[in-house]
Amino acid sequence: MLWQVLEGLSRNSAKQLRFLPGVVYVEEGAACGRSPEDRAETLAEVQATLHSAGLPWHSVALEEVFGLPPSVLRHLSQEPAAGDGAYKEAVNGFIQRQQVLGTQGASDSPSPVLREGQPSPQGPVRPPPAAQTEALVRLFSSVRTLTAKEELLQTLRTHLLLHVARTHGYSKVMMGDSCTRLAIKLLTNLALGRGAFLAWDTGFSDERHGDVVVVRPMREHTLKEVAFYNRLFTVPTVLTPTISTKAPEKASIHRLMEAFVLQLQAQFPSTVSTVYRTSEKLVKAPRAGQAPSHSSPHCLLCLCTLDVDCADSATAFGAQATLVLPQRQPPNPQAEMPTAPGGPPALGRDQSCCRETGPSQREGPRPHVLEQLCYGCRVNMKDLSSLDPLPPYILSEAQLRSHRAQVTQEIQEFLIEDSEEELETGLS
Amino acid sequence: MAAPLSVEVEFGGGAELLFDGVKKHQVTLPGQEAPWDIRSLLVWIKKNLLRERPDLFIQGDSVRPGILVLINDADWELLGELDYQLQDQDSVLFISTLHGG
Repeated sequence: MLWQVLEGLSRNSAKQLRFLPGVVYVEEGAACGRSPEDRAETLAEVQATLHSAGLPWHSVALEEVFGLPPSVLRHLSQEPAAGDGAYKEAVNGFIQRQQVLGTQGASDSPSPVLREGQPSPQGPVRPPPAAQTEALVRLFSSVRTLTAKEELLQTLRTHLLLHVARTHGYSKVMMGDSCTRLAIKLLTNLALGRGAFLAWDTGFSDERHGDVVVVRPMREHTLKEVAFYNRLFTVPTVLTPTISTKAPEKASIHRLMEAFVLQLQAQFPSTVSTVYRTSEKLVKAPRAGQAPSHSSPHCLLCLCTLDVDCADSATAFGAQATLVLPQRQPPNPQAEMPTAPGGPPALGRDQSCCRETGPSQREGPRPHVLEQLCYGCRVNMKDLSSLDPLPPYILSEAQLRSHRAQVTQEIQEFLIEDSEEELETGLS
Repeated sequence: MAAPLSVEVEFGGGAELLFDGVKKHQVTLPGQEAPWDIRSLLVWIKKNLLRERPDLFIQGDSVRPGILVLINDADWELLGELDYQLQDQDSVLFISTLHGG
């Protein structure tokens, strides 16, 4: 994707792209259990590749999630403003870019020469503090299943990218998901209970976070096309192992779905494109009868509108029931996804559930965090043995929201609402 | 009776992790009765080059779905897949498109 963006930016292309890109590399070696030397080696390779691209780049380690502010989890509405030193930085960046593009115009291959004494925007990359690395390792080892690990990794990575984008003033984040990857992701999300949010997870643009939009420009190219392109145009690549490298086929839902889709694709070559076309038809509509998005509650982790109703739906019954029952009991919400006969007894049970987990309970942070998550995230969190290793920004935001909800409920009767009475008093 | 062939076998996209991290292998296939084709090349790779986890590369008779095979920079589906007969100085490239990306 980077190569295509570079092609688009160069003066030779017919329609020159008019935005200013930067590249972010998220270094995830700690989650995979790699040694520091391996990670430094990979980082050096990536740096060399990014340097030759000539774009401003930032390298962040996954450990930095432990330093994120809770505002990452909030939906911000205005455009991210660049910092104070932005003007000088912008001018420097512009001059650098002009020089890069100048040499690109002269010779066809992008091999720029950075001006002497011009520091790269990143500076020397220091390895992250050991305490954060340990905390990350602890977090990932407290997760029981590989599925939950992969989902957690994706969530943390998204938050980190969002934070980097907001700090440096980028309004859009381009992800490099290809058609095949998105088809696999769609089916995996269905299996994980995130069916309600497919349009956001796999669509072209994703505006859940308000100011920063996530776009997926490569979603029309299959993996095969990308591989051939890379080979024929000798695009430099760097390989890093991930947490699911060399895992057996059934180790996680992601791997299983990948094997399934690719196998089906081998026999029925239209599989991936069919799934992709179907995903294009998904529409992001608010749920019927609900208020506009900013007033309804959002999931803590994935910022989607909460789809768990207290009074209704079989899925909520499963998720809520496991909150109230003692934690030692093996939760099995999927098995409890019943047909119609399960509906009516669920209603009565649920209402008592809701009253029990009311604001007066102080049984620990876990139910409070869980009830702010959407169904898919809840199922994921179940695989975490305890919520303590989670990065502090998640826990503090959860606490803030639950306190706010409690206080709002307590003073509900004292709140003045816009009603006909005010209009009457105003008129009289 | 087929003469010994010299082929270049290359691995990309992560597949080289199964082969000690070495991407390019210049191999000389010994002479044998039947002419060399991709099927027999795979058997040979499994026996001689594959260091670990054969199930991550080979599935049954063929490669695992998700591993692209390019013969002389052309898709193997155009050349007959497993039945393509190897020539001397051919270049076979296995690119893994699985996990990650």
